[in-house]
Amino acid sequence: MDRIPILKMGSFLLVTIQVDLYDRLALTLENDLITMVSRTGAKGVLIDISAVSIVDSFMGRILGNIASMSRIMDAETVVVGMQPAVAITLVELGLTLQGVHTALDVEKGMELLHSKIGITDEPEEDEEGPDDSND
Amino acid sequence: MNTTAQILQNNIQKILDIWMQNQLADASLRDDLISNEELRRQSEELLSGLARATASGNVENIYAPEYEPVTEILSDISITRARQGFSPRETGMYVLSLKQAISQVLEEQLSDKPETLYKELLKLNLLLDNLSVITFETFIKGREEVILRQTDEISEISTPVIRVWEGILALPIIGTLDSARTQVVMENLLQEIVNTGSSIAILDISGVPAVDSLVAQHLIKTVSATRLMGAECIISGIRAEIAQTIVHLGIDLSNIKTKASLANALQLAFSMRNVEVRKINKNTGISLTR
Amino acid sequence: MIVMTKDTMQIVREQDVVPFRNRVRELSVKIGMSLVNQTKLITAASELVRNMLKYANGGKVMLETVSKNAQAGIRLTFQDEGPGIADVQQAMRDGFSTGKSLGLGLPGAKRLVNEFDIKSTLGAGTTVTIIHWKHGR
Repeated sequence: MDRIPILKMGSFLLVTIQVDLYDRLALTLENDLITMVSRTGAKGVLIDISAVSIVDSFMGRILGNIASMSRIMDAETVVVGMQPAVAITLVELGLTLQGVHTALDVEKGMELLHSKIGITDEPEEDEEGPDDSND
Repeated sequence: MNTTAQILQNNIQKILDIWMQNQLADASLRDDLISNEELRRQSEELLSGLARATASGNVENIYAPEYEPVTEILSDISITRARQGFSPRETGMYVLSLKQAISQVLEEQLSDKPETLYKELLKLNLLLDNLSVITFETFIKGREEVILRQTDEISEISTPVIRVWEGILALPIIGTLDSARTQVVMENLLQEIVNTGSSIAILDISGVPAVDSLVAQHLIKTVSATRLMGAECIISGIRAEIAQTIVHLGIDLSNIKTKASLANALQLAFSMRNVEVRKINKNTGISLTR
Repeated sequence: MIVMTKDTMQIVREQDVVPFRNRVRELSVKIGMSLVNQTKLITAASELVRNMLKYANGGKVMLETVSKNAQAGIRLTFQDEGPGIADVQQAMRDGFSTGKSLGLGLPGAKRLVNEFDIKSTLGAGTTVTIIHWKHGR
């Protein structure tokens, strides 16, 4: 059976979804990811969906589930690289992925995770990490 | 060949003269939009086309192939007139005054045969009425094209996305936000976020005349879509009366960062990106924090 | 409205969903639909086809390219012989679900496309028809 590969990078897990997911593949991914979080004690999960052209409510629910389950295990989830057309469609559909963090690309997603894990006792709203690139 | 066709053929010059007189006599003629020579050339072309078409014996069906040159000339004239800004009356009078001219000539030529005259006039009326319907159809089509083109232009002009700083975009919205417009705004904004890798977008609504619950909903959608992409959205340019309506309508914007002016929004964006703007005293080299 | 092309696909397994979505994409690319409109249509189609699999063990979808007032569009008709929907109005409300989903399928799909029509008979099945125009918003 097909599987989406999960990479471990330090204390983060990185998943790049390259194909259109059918339901069982998505459920397997959810299962595999949560197992990995628990086994490795990862602090963050990064899901790159830049190659995904369709996110329907099922797929949205899987992303939400992964975020909620990871949070219970003390890991933050960031979804990165959502295409503009997908974002517009999700909003119209009524799905705003509450509880899932987002970033423009993998690099910015990493920064976000670092800032979340570095300063854990900061309030939730403080999403912007230290960024020295403009100085 | 029937009577009308024959009379038409033999009296082209005369009809044209009467027709031109009628047109020039009309007080509403826009000689600022079209020269007399041009008008005469157009009219002559149409009239000879009509004479050729009626010569075929068909004076009823204007959709037959022999009428194609006539309807084509007529459509051309109507569309050009629509674009040039002629009024419907001026365009309509063009064909109607031709009817008058032909009727006048028919009357003269057939004054001794009232029965034939009556029948021929009926046919002529029907034919020219059909032609004037075409005039109106194409005139309105011409106008609609103008409107469509302008709508496209407006929606493009009115949604510029400006890169105000590294990683900060600004989008001034001018005019009413309806759902079609919102989609254009969203598409432009999100694409620009991807292109520039910007993480903050400022939507300035100073130019939006009124915010009702529908407009607010469109704004909330835009903010949500921006967040899904991984960027943050600030809404600025909220005037006092807009703040009042928002509260009176019970619209919840508490999850959205709002600022009164674009300057305030930019300041917030700078602090979110850890950028500081300072005034430098050049003489002493001492910098003063604003 | 003029029907230009017509095609039918059977949906019986979850693996049929991805080829079906690709077929819808092909059609919408062919009529020159913008990327956002394509995405909206395919997402709506995906929701409806998922409902069909979940509640009626599949069914068939008719895919048509149509034209009205010189504008091209795509019409999809989802037809199943499942248990039907007891209260269509209720099913069209956000957040209502008899399954354990988010309950966004039907109302969400309706918001994504230009025209939406649903007919359901208890015990006989459900038919949903959607149309999305090339320049539809």
